[in-house]
Amino acid sequence: MPKYLLLKHYRGGPEPHRSVPPMDRWAPEDVEAHMAFLRHVSEVLEENGEYVDAQALTPERTWVRYGGPDAAPVTTDGPLPETSDLVAGWYMIDVDSYERAVELAAFVSSEPGPGGEPLYEWIDIREVMSGAPSND
Amino acid sequence: MAIDPIGALDEGALRALVRRVLAGLVRRGEDFDAAEDAVQEALLEALRVWPEHPPREPHAWLTTVATRRLIDFRRSEAARHRREASAGGEPASTLPEEGDDTLFLLFCCCHPGLTPASQVALTLRAVCGLTTREIADAFFVPETTMAQRISRARRALRGQRFDRPGDLGVVLHVLYLVYTCGHAGRLDLAKEAIRLARQLTLVTEEPEARGLLALMLLNHARIPARFDPEGRIITLERQDRGLWDKREIAEGVRVLQSALAAERHGRYQIEAAIAALHDDAATAAETDWPQILAWYDDLLALTDDGAQRNPGAALGRAVAVGHVRGARAGLREAYLLEDGLGHLHRWHAVLAHLYELGGDFSAAAAAYAEAARRATNVAERDHLVRQAARVRLASR
Repeated sequence: MPKYLLLKHYRGGPEPHRSVPPMDRWAPEDVEAHMAFLRHVSEVLEENGEYVDAQALTPERTWVRYGGPDAAPVTTDGPLPETSDLVAGWYMIDVDSYERAVELAAFVSSEPGPGGEPLYEWIDIREVMSGAPSND
Repeated sequence: MAIDPIGALDEGALRALVRRVLAGLVRRGEDFDAAEDAVQEALLEALRVWPEHPPREPHAWLTTVATRRLIDFRRSEAARHRREASAGGEPASTLPEEGDDTLFLLFCCCHPGLTPASQVALTLRAVCGLTTREIADAFFVPETTMAQRISRARRALRGQRFDRPGDLGVVLHVLYLVYTCGHAGRLDLAKEAIRLARQLTLVTEEPEARGLLALMLLNHARIPARFDPEGRIITLERQDRGLWDKREIAEGVRVLQSALAAERHGRYQIEAAIAALHDDAATAAETDWPQILAWYDDLLALTDDGAQRNPGAALGRAVAVGHVRGARAGLREAYLLEDGLGHLHRWHAVLAHLYELGGDFSAAAAAYAEAARRATNVAERDHLVRQAARVRLASR
């Protein structure tokens, strides 16, 4: 069965279908509904036997590279341009098909936003390369 | 049906037995890591043999079998290196034979040469008797990762002689780490930490050991009220105090009083005293903030650079100032800490709390949102976002 990462982004990706303010500006009941839905997603995936992992990332990012022999690692300092892509977290799922992964990504994207209306958030689907040798 | 002597020994008794055997071998001068392997093998042998032939003296039986394993191991080593059997079994005489095995093993596992993560893992393995699988689950890492961490820690102890007592301060710190990381996983490590601290207080007069036990008990008592059924954080002032464990609070207060009587105050005793004052208030409004502030002053006075050494104490003090002298005074204190602590999400959360206390809801909302952005824990992040949304509504 193929594995997929369903990536959520803080920023980057296609033009948002629905533009919403940051969550701390939502009505408290909308915040509750949103968080309850996210818990529900993990439960559904676990009940279906499709759940592998789910993680959230902090928005802090540092780029690092090898500095050369006897040199400290080189890191970027200061924030990067606001336009650069920034991953917020993921679900890793183990499903029957690509179609099923698309279906689940759409389900995640239906999470309620302000006013209880769906967020229509873009979800980035990436297939995980299998580590097992093929049978043929 | 045959009597199962291993089943008859409850799990706690079996763990205590294994600890005693291991401590005995290490005291005798055996390498920690070889001794632990030998004891584990002896235990497996016991599981096989004891149901048919229950031992008269389980402790002596395990020690004998483990010793035989160690001798076999040294012989094969010797053969491989074509040299005489090493003198690893020579007794270390300076360490007193009496004294508690738990304390002795804690000193071994909390060796200052190990990293905190290794000290914690080794303590859970060798002193608490948890399996590698259980420890891995508690820290959400693969079992192979935890196995590797433990075996590297044991290798680092190879050749170390444990003939003089270790640093009790390090042991207390490791127990506190076990306690604080104890709530996340499936296994209640907090309970293990409390159990070990309680044993520690039986064998040392050091008041900080009792201070640590009291601190753990007084915090642990509030756990039933700290989360709602959906796993959402409930802050102290909103907790249902009827859910607090009265028995644990009573024990914590008793232990704390006996520690304070020694009149050698330290970090854990003072933090326990603050926790006791919170636990003692029937409602949040009845909290004795002036006393809490006085204890925070004492806590920060313990070291020259208290705020950097103990950011939690400096931030707690700013909150206490806000409750005693008013929100504006608290905010002044908090802003004095900005240079050193402004990068912490907790600094922003304290700021938000103080703004809210003073009725400035829009500043509170902005500070809660910034705290949420910097949080590194999902439950805390969600809690801070909720707080931001709640006070923003109040600001309208």
